[in-house]
Amino acid sequence: MEQEKLIVRDKKQSQLQEIWRRFRRNKTALVGLAIVIFLFLVAFFAPLLAPMDPNKAFFKDKLQLPSSTYLLGTDNMGRDILSRIIFGSRISLYIGFIAVGIGGIGGTILGVFAGFYGGKLDNVIMRTMDILLAFPAIILAIAIVGVLGTSLGNLMIAVGISHMPRYARIVRSSTFAVRGQEFVDAARLVGAHDFQIIIENILPNCLAPIIVQSTLGVAQAILAVASMSFLGLGIQPPTAEWGAMLSAGRQYLRITPHLAIFPGLAIATVVLGLNLLGDGLRDALDPKLR
Amino acid sequence: MLRYFRKRLFLLIPVLLGVSLLVFVIVHLAPGDPALTLLGPNATQEELVELRTQLGLDKPLVLQYGLFLKNILKGNLGKSLLSGEPVLSELKQRTPITLRLAIWGTLFSILIGIPLGTLAALYQNTWIDNLCSFFALAGFSFPNFWLALMLMLMFSIYFPVLPSSGMGTWKHLILPVIVIGIQNMAIIARMTRSSMLEIIRQDYIRTAHAKGMPSRIILFRHIFSNALIPVITVIGLNFGNSLGGLVITETVFSIPGTGRLLVDAIRANDYPVVQGGVMFFALFVGLVNLSVDFIYAIVDPRIKSMYR
Repeated sequence: MEQEKLIVRDKKQSQLQEIWRRFRRNKTALVGLAIVIFLFLVAFFAPLLAPMDPNKAFFKDKLQLPSSTYLLGTDNMGRDILSRIIFGSRISLYIGFIAVGIGGIGGTILGVFAGFYGGKLDNVIMRTMDILLAFPAIILAIAIVGVLGTSLGNLMIAVGISHMPRYARIVRSSTFAVRGQEFVDAARLVGAHDFQIIIENILPNCLAPIIVQSTLGVAQAILAVASMSFLGLGIQPPTAEWGAMLSAGRQYLRITPHLAIFPGLAIATVVLGLNLLGDGLRDALDPKLR
Repeated sequence: MLRYFRKRLFLLIPVLLGVSLLVFVIVHLAPGDPALTLLGPNATQEELVELRTQLGLDKPLVLQYGLFLKNILKGNLGKSLLSGEPVLSELKQRTPITLRLAIWGTLFSILIGIPLGTLAALYQNTWIDNLCSFFALAGFSFPNFWLALMLMLMFSIYFPVLPSSGMGTWKHLILPVIVIGIQNMAIIARMTRSSMLEIIRQDYIRTAHAKGMPSRIILFRHIFSNALIPVITVIGLNFGNSLGGLVITETVFSIPGTGRLLVDAIRANDYPVVQGGVMFFALFVGLVNLSVDFIYAIVDPRIKSMYR
């Protein structure tokens, strides 16, 4: 028994090593990983890294170009743009992950049930997902926020729900592929409940596509939130959020374009990093997909 | 073949019904009272009650939904609370603008995306491939509203060759079309690349080379015709996303299209317009997906044979 456990652990380890080996060979994926780690560090150490209070307005210094005092200049209220971008990383990451959590968990549960039980339940769930898919994600999110009101929580729910169908579809098809296999029948023969089978046999086999979709999903969620804030339907000022900063900077595009350039660069870099990482993970986790 | 078309057409009905229900529920759960919004904070209680009755807001929700469906079928989407105009005529007025942007945006993404992906695949793992792939990924990662502002900065402010807002001449179209198309361009390029790479390795391509067929003919007749099938799906699936992009693009470039209408309506709690606008987008996406499926059935003999 003890030895068996060891063998299982060894197998798991070698699998992870194999994935890491494949991942490491992919240079662009490593760049993505580096960007994402950097983002996490910035968000975590924001109070230490930011040269100034992101919300403190130095009115006499408003709309300053980048200088040695204000590395990326100041905005229309005289707030330090660099500090606001550094603190903005926290909100973007926070919303990105919670929204993906909502969409990913919701979609996974629905997808597993649809795929595992099939039949009518499958039909009801997947047709509902089709209806959600009939909307462009951003329009669905706008509609939901329009109803619930513009708050941080509602924004996360809106973006989460609008991305849910993708997870449901992916998980359903993975479940479909797994549920007819021998080890599932074997588990049932030894008396496992449906719930147990789903947790122990089905979900672990859906993990790879869920991880990949979640990584890309965080990128999409960050973009979606920034878009909503840009339209004035997301994070409200004075909170330091990249999309909202860009939106405010838009009016000063003619005189001080750096107000719009830097927050946009931040979004683009982070989204690029997450996309590179997601692509790399897809290749590493499932070599067949290459 | 006809059977397939019919089946797909029928499948659109439950989806549209579901969409209408969803839109209806979403709008009616809204915390803002439309009567209050329309009359402003100084309205008296009597005025509010009167307007609610007039709008049917006092009837049970089920009845309101029934009324809503009946009206949709009659083409009556209600009147805008803000302008008093019928929603349908507002949509009709703005649809051509949105449609034009969407079509040009899609064309742009196809005309750039497919050659880019093809180049990347033909020169796999060379600097050409890397450049094309990076270009595609960048297009995928840039927030479209930021790209819009940067293009404006470049071509309207620093080198004032293109207008930064409004509609009218073909010059007005260039920047919005790039913004709308670039994300799909990236997706199409990536899909074309991976799909081409898969086909290039097939035995029948090797056979064609071996028997001395000219590369150009192999590329067009054998590789393209097979590699583009998944690309068509991707084009269709992402058309919806580009409609989402339209909402932002129209707002940034101050283009009076349906996307802008929707955003303005949500900000003002103008719920008939929100309902109509969202339904419009859902119908639009549904029809596009349908036509993609039709094209798919025509290009892919495997589907054709299933319904013979």
